[in-house]
Amino acid sequence: MDSGSTMPRDERAAGRWMGVLILFILAAGVASFIVAAHIWWLQPLASKQGAAADELFNAILAATAIAFIAVHLFVAIALIRYAAYGRRPAAHWHEHLGAELTWTLVPAAGLVILAILAEIVWARVYSPPPANAQVVEVTGRQFLWYVRYPSPDGKLARTDPKFISAGNPLGLDPGDPDSKTNVVVTNELHVVNNRPVRVEIRSLDVIHSFFLPNFRVKQDAVPGRSIMIWFTPDRAGAYQIACAQLCGVGHYTMRGNMVVETDQAAFDAWLAKQGQH
Amino acid sequence: MTAHAIGTRPAENRGGSRPSGPSGLGPGGRGGGPAASGPEVSAAVIGMAAALTAVTMLFVAFTTAYLARRQEPGWGTVAMPPVLWLTTALLLASSGTLEWARRRIAAGDIRGLRRGLTATAWLGGAFLVGQIAAWRSLAAQGAYISSNPHSGFFYLLTGAHGVHLLGGLAALGIIVWKAHAGRYGVASHAGIGVFALYWHFMDLLWLYLFALLFWA
Amino acid sequence: MDALAVHEGAPGHEAHAESFVRHYIFSLDHKMIGKQYYLTTLFMAMVGGALAMLMRAHLGWPQNGTLDPGQYLAAVTMHGTVMIFFFLTSILTGAFGNFLIPLMIGARDMAFPFLNMLSYWTLVPGVLVLLSSFFVPGGPAGNGWTSYAPLSTVAKFSPSGGAGQTLWAISIMFVLFSSLFGSLNFLTTIINMRARGLSLGRIPLTLWGIFITAILAVLSFPVLTAAVIMMILDRTAGTSFFIPPNLLVAGKVLANKNGDALLWQHLFWFFGHPEVYILILTPMGIVSDVISTFSRKPIFGYKAMVLSISAIGFLSFLVWGHHMFVSGMSPLLGAAFIGSTIAIAVPSAIKTFNWCTTLWQGRIHFTSAMLFAIAFVSLFVTGGLSGIFLATAPVDIYLHDTYFVIAHFHFVMAAAALFSIFAGTYFWFPKMFGRMLNERLGKIHFVFTFLGIYATFFPMHFLGFMGNSRRLYDTSTYPFLSHAGPIDVFISLSAFMLGAAQFVFIYNFFNSMLRGPVAGPNPWHANSLEWAAPSPPPHGNWGPSLPVVYRWPYDYSVPGAAQDYSPQWQAEPVAAAGGEQ
Repeated sequence: MDSGSTMPRDERAAGRWMGVLILFILAAGVASFIVAAHIWWLQPLASKQGAAADELFNAILAATAIAFIAVHLFVAIALIRYAAYGRRPAAHWHEHLGAELTWTLVPAAGLVILAILAEIVWARVYSPPPANAQVVEVTGRQFLWYVRYPSPDGKLARTDPKFISAGNPLGLDPGDPDSKTNVVVTNELHVVNNRPVRVEIRSLDVIHSFFLPNFRVKQDAVPGRSIMIWFTPDRAGAYQIACAQLCGVGHYTMRGNMVVETDQAAFDAWLAKQGQH
Repeated sequence: MTAHAIGTRPAENRGGSRPSGPSGLGPGGRGGGPAASGPEVSAAVIGMAAALTAVTMLFVAFTTAYLARRQEPGWGTVAMPPVLWLTTALLLASSGTLEWARRRIAAGDIRGLRRGLTATAWLGGAFLVGQIAAWRSLAAQGAYISSNPHSGFFYLLTGAHGVHLLGGLAALGIIVWKAHAGRYGVASHAGIGVFALYWHFMDLLWLYLFALLFWA
Repeated sequence: MDALAVHEGAPGHEAHAESFVRHYIFSLDHKMIGKQYYLTTLFMAMVGGALAMLMRAHLGWPQNGTLDPGQYLAAVTMHGTVMIFFFLTSILTGAFGNFLIPLMIGARDMAFPFLNMLSYWTLVPGVLVLLSSFFVPGGPAGNGWTSYAPLSTVAKFSPSGGAGQTLWAISIMFVLFSSLFGSLNFLTTIINMRARGLSLGRIPLTLWGIFITAILAVLSFPVLTAAVIMMILDRTAGTSFFIPPNLLVAGKVLANKNGDALLWQHLFWFFGHPEVYILILTPMGIVSDVISTFSRKPIFGYKAMVLSISAIGFLSFLVWGHHMFVSGMSPLLGAAFIGSTIAIAVPSAIKTFNWCTTLWQGRIHFTSAMLFAIAFVSLFVTGGLSGIFLATAPVDIYLHDTYFVIAHFHFVMAAAALFSIFAGTYFWFPKMFGRMLNERLGKIHFVFTFLGIYATFFPMHFLGFMGNSRRLYDTSTYPFLSHAGPIDVFISLSAFMLGAAQFVFIYNFFNSMLRGPVAGPNPWHANSLEWAAPSPPPHGNWGPSLPVVYRWPYDYSVPGAAQDYSPQWQAEPVAAAGGEQ
């Protein structure tokens, strides 16, 4: 390759090809998103606090779409326009304080706004739960979810690993009277529509992750800890619980069922039908 | 074509601030020029500084794990084996003899260098023997690496330090051999200085770990 | 290539022939070591690529049972481990860094050639140990390249949790030491051995990338070393640094364990985040140099580029918690990491604008190297933009550990960093081997790789939107993912095409090495110092005297100059307006 001004070469065809390729990527990218938005998109939202996260998602999507389109357009145009040909030399300028400051400060400002919004929503996610929240405990184990419902007085019995046995997988302390009225089921989480639910998340063995796609809820289940998250379902129906942290060979089987009962009475009726642990 | 002509001499021999020869430095080759790198620092010193930074980060990581864990219940404790006072003194003494040796060669005293280096090697070796004795005294009391977190960290930290010190002893062995072979002189002893950086660092590191394990 | 070399300042030296072993196996010459790294990492890339093909053969048609769940997870784990540690980490600095640094700074070799040889020969045992883990009972590690505790520290939690996981940990130690030895060399050489006239403000951006990368490595690799040592002790010596109390293992409660599972994650990601910037900074430097050379135009904003590389390097130590937003870490800490993570987008954006602006009003030549460098910009933008979703923690709650994350890191690592490696290869191959790669094959390789990469990884964003978790052997257990099937098939077919396209490169690489057209010293008419040496450079690189540097490497198309490039080593005066610094 000789790029000296003494031997001009014509790269315009190559420039067009590469420019078209970039434009194709741009078009395919945008088109695939448009198609995907109808088929392969976020799971239908069923929680109140999830709405804020979804709004943030849409805002980011809009901003990143603009950036994606703008950069690809710019690059494609540059490749087509400035492919080498004839004797036209390249320019030599290589600094411009005004431009550099602008494209530093404008994105920075946008990102600062994003950060502030993110912090606000984050604080809401981790705000204390309301007093009337339903309490439930979910314990991950290779490869299922134990769900423990409290006694009518709302209390969860003490647990101690020394009591763990085949019939008592969570190790409820028989000395605690609540242990007789706690209800433990496998892979069935039932909550009440429009009532906040507070989940204590635990694990018996490895790190799992309690993921409720429709509720925009995800929290790792860490052995040795009990981690609290809360949310408010606002659409009755049947959903799934997924495990979102590799927990062994059965990780892909660790699916649970979740039901948002239409009202408290329906939930109470369902709970009454479950046996004791 | 041979590879040994280029830089097979370990960095320590390039010493000082005006290394020459086929390493690319020397007349016409130094990174001079108006905005060039500032004061001339030897490659060996820079390399050693970078290596000591890495070692520091290793122990920073161990330290954060130690401090984080210590706040949780179930820490347990292990009694300090008294022999550690002795080993600490031995290591401090070895830094002293090394410093003495370095100053002696700076004054051209090759015999002094040899004596000082040999003393340093013996003291360093004695330190390691003492550390092993400390391990054995703990094991005799039933305190193993798996007994409790404190004992686990004790073995881990002293072991990691000991491995690094052993590496230093190996390098010291080469240096002692070279000293006996007459390779050092008043104008060519930069390697001693670079080694001293490492050895004194190991000394300070030991003092730090000793304090962390039993007094922090 | 000179068989005899005269070395400056070495009295009475005569050249002798080297044995095969000295010349090719235990070489102290940075160029040979660089090539050794290149070939070894190329081999490992093929291993990692083969594992990816296996994974996709399974995921496209899970009902066929190409792999069982244990084998699938082993493939996932080893694919990630091989690609990150044994390919990307090792090729960028080990191959390109080693080969280029002395040439770009006008030195005869690295500061510590023996340590350099040691760094390569520390990598090799790591390769062997990792490959050996395929043959032990239980197979290779299957707990992800991130190997979270306690899954990875208690053998009974997974069938691969035996020797395979321990061998994994040992092989990682080898790689970390190999890279650390290399970094000591890179730092010392760049600081201390630059030719006369070559200030730090005149070195190519490739070197800035390598330089900051080496600093990051020195600071972060020891932290993973510490964590891996503790993991090995947990697995073999009965300690419990990462094993929480009262774990239920095979129906029994594990006694005398007092550790913390999250500690592994903190230590791992404190290393892990700088690591991924280690994998992108050198690529950014390479791409800057390639784009500038083939636009015949100075890189736009050199100072801003250097500041950005440094800022990214610095910030990379402050963002590790964004991998742990839902880990159970304190939400306050999470809030801090939101800020730092979003901040790191700013210097990345600056660099992107600078590359784009360099193209504008350039005189662009579309060599294979340039095609890959331009495509890097596209891939980096796509990958970087998806990162913004993940930095926004409330959104990350949904997307964490889904295929959206897989899409993100493949775009920035497997795509962008890989493309910079291709760009660098097509660019510096003539210097390395004295021959030209075939440009037509290069373009075919480029088109199918570029399309294949987008086709393979772009749809993964949609799987992420659907909430498809990572490392799932089979999504049929989840009805909410039931319509993911067509995407999986499309991705797998694209991946096969992507994999097949690489054989064009392999053929081109080896065929050209042996039979390609002979290359002159500066076939691209580039400015940086390595193009002053013969192709390939002889032992000692420079002949009797070292080069002297007169300018920065970006004086392309200086108005009024006789030719459109002004090499760093040529003293003839350049038109007054064009000189820099």
